[in-house]
Amino acid sequence: MDVRAPALELRGVAFAYPDGNQVLYGVDLRVEVGERVAMLGPNGAGKSTLALHLNGILEQGAGSVRVSGVEVTKDTVGEIRRRVGLVFQDPDDQLFMPSVRDDVAFGAINVGLRGAELDRRVDDALNAVGMLEHADRPPHHLSFGQRRRVCIATVLVMRPDVLVLDEPTSNLDPASRRELTEVLESLAVTTLRITHDLPYALQLCPRSVLLDEGVLVADRPTRVLLADEELMRAHRLELPYGFELTVAG
Amino acid sequence: MHRLPAHVKIVAALTFTIVVVATPREQIWAFVAYAVLAATAIIAAGLRPAHIVKHLAIELPFVFFALLLPFVSRGPEISIVGIGLSQTGMWDAWNILAKATLGTTVSLVLASTTSGNELLRGLERLGAPALFVQIMSFMLRYVEVTSRELDRMRVAQASRGLRGNGVRRWRVLSHVVGSLFIRTYERGERVHLAMLSRGYRGSMPAQSAASVPVSTWAYAFALPALAAACAATAWTTPWT
Repeated sequence: MDVRAPALELRGVAFAYPDGNQVLYGVDLRVEVGERVAMLGPNGAGKSTLALHLNGILEQGAGSVRVSGVEVTKDTVGEIRRRVGLVFQDPDDQLFMPSVRDDVAFGAINVGLRGAELDRRVDDALNAVGMLEHADRPPHHLSFGQRRRVCIATVLVMRPDVLVLDEPTSNLDPASRRELTEVLESLAVTTLRITHDLPYALQLCPRSVLLDEGVLVADRPTRVLLADEELMRAHRLELPYGFELTVAG
Repeated sequence: MHRLPAHVKIVAALTFTIVVVATPREQIWAFVAYAVLAATAIIAAGLRPAHIVKHLAIELPFVFFALLLPFVSRGPEISIVGIGLSQTGMWDAWNILAKATLGTTVSLVLASTTSGNELLRGLERLGAPALFVQIMSFMLRYVEVTSRELDRMRVAQASRGLRGNGVRRWRVLSHVVGSLFIRTYERGERVHLAMLSRGYRGSMPAQSAASVPVSTWAYAFALPALAAACAATAWTTPWT
């Protein structure tokens, strides 16, 4: 691995679905190792579609995606999926095994871990999200917030270079949201967070990019971006009621 | 019994059932012996007899069919309180009732001491096709998710004033089934994406399983072995 390579490097990524509906129109994005970046944008902006390009689930029509210097191609896709941990919006989509432990082990087994090393990695991942005591429960017996944290463990177990979270705080009550935030803050891993939750982006991500209609329209420090009312309004983003922001902080 | 490996229990229950089915129906004493063995299994498993009796209701359609046989079968008849009953029909009814009840009872002991997922793992160890096991385990995992969706849809309909059981309700139900199908299908696609994202390449990861000591097999097979001994005696003893 090239140690100087950025964690994520997208160049001119364009994509249209087979029905001809074009969603991405040439996205350039560079995320350095250790960065925490929020990807903001209204519904239908192409955020989730872009996320599926980061681990080779969708193949771009044009442009290139590199993860830690490795280009996403058919040959590298196995390694890329280990390097990019993608956490989906609905935990019921992500947690499909009979028990929490089995679910966390799923990805680790797929990358070849077995025996004591596998058990240790599963325990470490569950510990990192504070869910070790629930290891043997079925996922559907957990609360929504707990399921979301298990989802994060299911990708942490593969020791990813980059964590990509699609709407991590949606549907969470305030306490679960805070617990999730504490978990995410404790992780020393490059993260890209797709979110509408602007206060959350401000709290956790020093840098934000704004995607709309398949184009990256802004890339600034989060506070500066959120304080630009005109830009925000133009792209259907609004701070919650009573939330005032100045560039100075 | 709860701690026995699932595949051992499956083989033991299946063996017991085959032995029961293979026993000549005229050897009534053998069925009494099987009933004692089945009761021993219930006690050893720490199950309440009432629990088993309640769940035996699943057998009712067969019981109904069996009870009809003495009335509809042909052959020599005997008269009981003035009603002519076919002797062959009575033996047939006894055959179905005794064997079905014993088979259902051991299946219930198996189901009450083994979770659905353990049963699937057991079947997998016994060589059931991997695809079948995958489909069944997804069904177990998502049946609750789907039924929650169905409940939410019902509540939403009731909240908007849907009442009664008329034709209109049936029309609405057809829409519910249609949209539930589409939602489930779409969820299937999303789950597949989530699986691909974690390195899925078409087969589920095989979990290494510890081998089972001979003593465990011996414990699980104590009752089927005794049953087999009864069956052997039943076959070698003349019956009329």
